[in-house]
Order: sequence, then structure tokens, then C-alpha cells
Amino acid sequence: MPWSRDELAARAARELQDGFYVNLGIGIPTLVANYIPPGMKVVLQSENGMLGIGPFPFEGEEDPDLVNAGKQTVTALPMSSYFSSADSFAMIRGGHINLAILGAMEVAENGDLANWMVPGKVVKGMGGAMDLVAGVKRVVVVMEHTSKDGESKFKARCDLPLTGTNVVDTLITDLAAFSRATRKDAFRLVELAPGVTAEEVRRKTGANYLE
Amino acid sequence: MKSNSKVYPDAAAALRGVVKDGITLMCGGFGVCGIPEKLISALRDSGVRDLTVVSNNAGIDGAGLGLLLETRQIRKMISSYVGENKEFERQYLAGELQLEFNPQGTLAERIRAGGAGIYAFFTKTGAGTLVSEGKEQRVVDGEAYVLETGLTADVSLVKAWKGDTEGNLVYRKTARNFNPNMATAGRITVAEVEELVEVGSLDPDQIHTPGIYVNRLILGAPYEKLIEKHTVRKRVENSHAVVA
Repeated sequence: MPWSRDELAARAARELQDGFYVNLGIGIPTLVANYIPPGMKVVLQSENGMLGIGPFPFEGEEDPDLVNAGKQTVTALPMSSYFSSADSFAMIRGGHINLAILGAMEVAENGDLANWMVPGKVVKGMGGAMDLVAGVKRVVVVMEHTSKDGESKFKARCDLPLTGTNVVDTLITDLAAFSRATRKDAFRLVELAPGVTAEEVRRKTGANYLE
Repeated sequence: MKSNSKVYPDAAAALRGVVKDGITLMCGGFGVCGIPEKLISALRDSGVRDLTVVSNNAGIDGAGLGLLLETRQIRKMISSYVGENKEFERQYLAGELQLEFNPQGTLAERIRAGGAGIYAFFTKTGAGTLVSEGKEQRVVDGEAYVLETGLTADVSLVKAWKGDTEGNLVYRKTARNFNPNMATAGRITVAEVEELVEVGSLDPDQIHTPGIYVNRLILGAPYEKLIEKHTVRKRVENSHAVVA
């Protein structure tokens, strides 16, 4: 059984460490906030200018001046702070954020990431994704292993325009998790979803990796 | 109103004489959070055209910069993300609107640099991607950097929470976003505030934008303040879920 969206988020949450400052992308990465282990201190950063994102507000308590990077209403915590966009990206680009968890369209075996543009389709923009992968110390990508057509999204080389070159440290798909100690290393298969075999992953993967 | 006062009676008056066809304009806000909604409406009513607008997003249909797209007053946008706007998409695909995508942090830093008198800077962001094409690149200690230039504007439009009559501004929560950076990068900066107070009412230690950056300001209240995505949690005892 491949991992579900929530199981993927729970698996990605195991990359968190106590004391980390973390930026979560839109989609499945946002769900990771639900799986922060009790007792672990993790501070979530939002690139529109907030450290310490709290839970969604109770109905009727939404504040139009308090949103996350996905433009969703959120709340503050006692430790929260607000700052400008330039300060926010100084934090991101300057290497002060420990971990980013992002979605992707393609990841290559050399760590290249594509997650912002499909030529010929409507282009919405890269938002803060290029800055995050350029500056955050560790980048975890969460995505489905294959496209709707069954093609591997973990490939020898990315076909889509890149978000960053050699920026992915850990890749978690619905079938398996791959990781590497440094950006000079190759990815290694480190975990299989329940009931998924190494052979199945090999068959469905375009990238070369270690086992 | 004294003749040298920065305070104008309304948004239309504050824009009179400073907005013209073909100018470059910065507009604060993230999505529709912290946008100068009164100044945008007045800009639409002014009828100025062929604008180049620097703004992280392009508003949504029927609100924010979406208003200026409907009236075709914008010729070019410099933005990082424009996903929430069908009219934008239509005009762009029809070739009626030019678009320059900047990574959000590069956009913010270009604005900061422009306001701070920095001509250009090298950044890791976008190295080896489409963003770096046609730009000078440099490898330092094995790391690739892209040269990005500072950005300034003829006019910056910003929104703050409180302002005093000298133009000192205080923002509220995440409505701050690009506003303080853009306030520094406009040759003329026009601010709208929810509360206009007398000099001396704001704590000088708590001012986000010193008045030197603000040329004109208006009291914009009352505010509509749209929300793009209402997300709430249920009142359930012992629920650990923080996002839906």
C-alpha cells in the first residue's frame, strides 16, 4: 500500500528535529504541521513575513491581516514575530532556516528540482520556491512517485524548467523515501512504504540510486 | 491643512499630479493582505494607462490590482506569483499584458536594494534556472550567483495600520509584507492608513517606516479587507490537528 497524503506528511514530519525553524510549502507539506511530535519544538516560518505560525483560527476569529504564504487565515503564537518580505527572505536566503519541505513536479538523481513551470501551460510563477531551495540548509521534497500517465517523477534528468540545481536532500514519494548525506552523494533508498517492494520502486523509477 | 502637510483629504487628491501614463508603480500587499485598496481604486478612477506595476501578486478578480487589469490600465507586471486571477491569465495568454517573473525573495531584495541605493547584488537564487538567463553570473567558492539589479519606482503605493501626520508608519501582522520595502523605493511614496494620529502618539521605538520615506498619506478607513482563503479549525477538545 503506497503512503496516503497524510501518511506522506507523517513520514516527512520524521525529518523534523527539536529546535528547528522550518518552512512548509503549499499542499501536502502544509499537512506536516499536524504531525509534529508532541513535546518537540518546531517553529514554522511563512515567507510573507511571520515566524511562529499557529493553528487555523476558530470560525469567526479570522483576521484578514494574518495569513500564511498560501493566503490561508492562521493565528499567532506567544513566540510569534512579524517582519517585511525583504527580512523574510534574508532569513531564508541567509541560511537561517533549518529545513524546507516542498512539493515537486520532478526531482533528478543529481538533486535538481522542478516545481514551478510546465511550458505551454499556464504559468503562475515561482513565488518563494527558488529562494527557499537556494538558501535553506536542508530541502525535503514530498511528491507522488509517478505522474498520472505512470511516468517516473524521480528521473535521471529533469525535463521541466528547474527551480534549483542540486538542492534536494531527501525525497519522499508515496512508494519510498530516498536520502543522501551531502549534496555530493547519490541518493540511497532508505525506506519503502508498507507492502511496496524494492523491485517495484526500481521498475517505476527513472533515476539511478543506491540500495 | 498646511501647505507643506503630507496629509491629503482623500486617495484621489493624494494621487493627483503624481500618477501619469507610462509610469512604474510599486504596490504593496501579499495576495489581498495589506494592499492599498483605496489608492488602487483611485488609480483606476484616474484613468492613467500603460502602467508597469511591481507587485508580488496581481490581486484577484474584481479586487486589488484585478481592478486595474479589468480596465486594461496595466501594460506590464513584475511579480513572483499570479495564480489567483483569471483576467490576468486571459490577458497574458492573449499577449495583451507583459509579465516578468522574479523569485519572491529576489523581488523583495531588488526593492530593498533600489530603496537603499544599491545598484545590483549577486544572489544564489535562480542560479542555473531560466531566471539567470541573460544575466551576469559569477562562481564564488564553487557556488553560482546571479547578478540582479535594484528596483525603484516613480510612485509606490503602500498600506499601513497606523500613521502619524509626519508619515511615520506602523504595520499590522502579516499585512506588513512588501509595504515597508516599497515605501523606500518610490521616488514618491503615497501611504494609506487605517488610523491617522498626531505626531507624538506613536512610540518612536516601534515605527516600522520612518516618515522620511512617505511623501503623501491619507486616512483610508473604513476598510473592507478581503480574505482569500478562509481556513478555520473546529472547536474540538484535545484535537491535535492544526491544519485541515
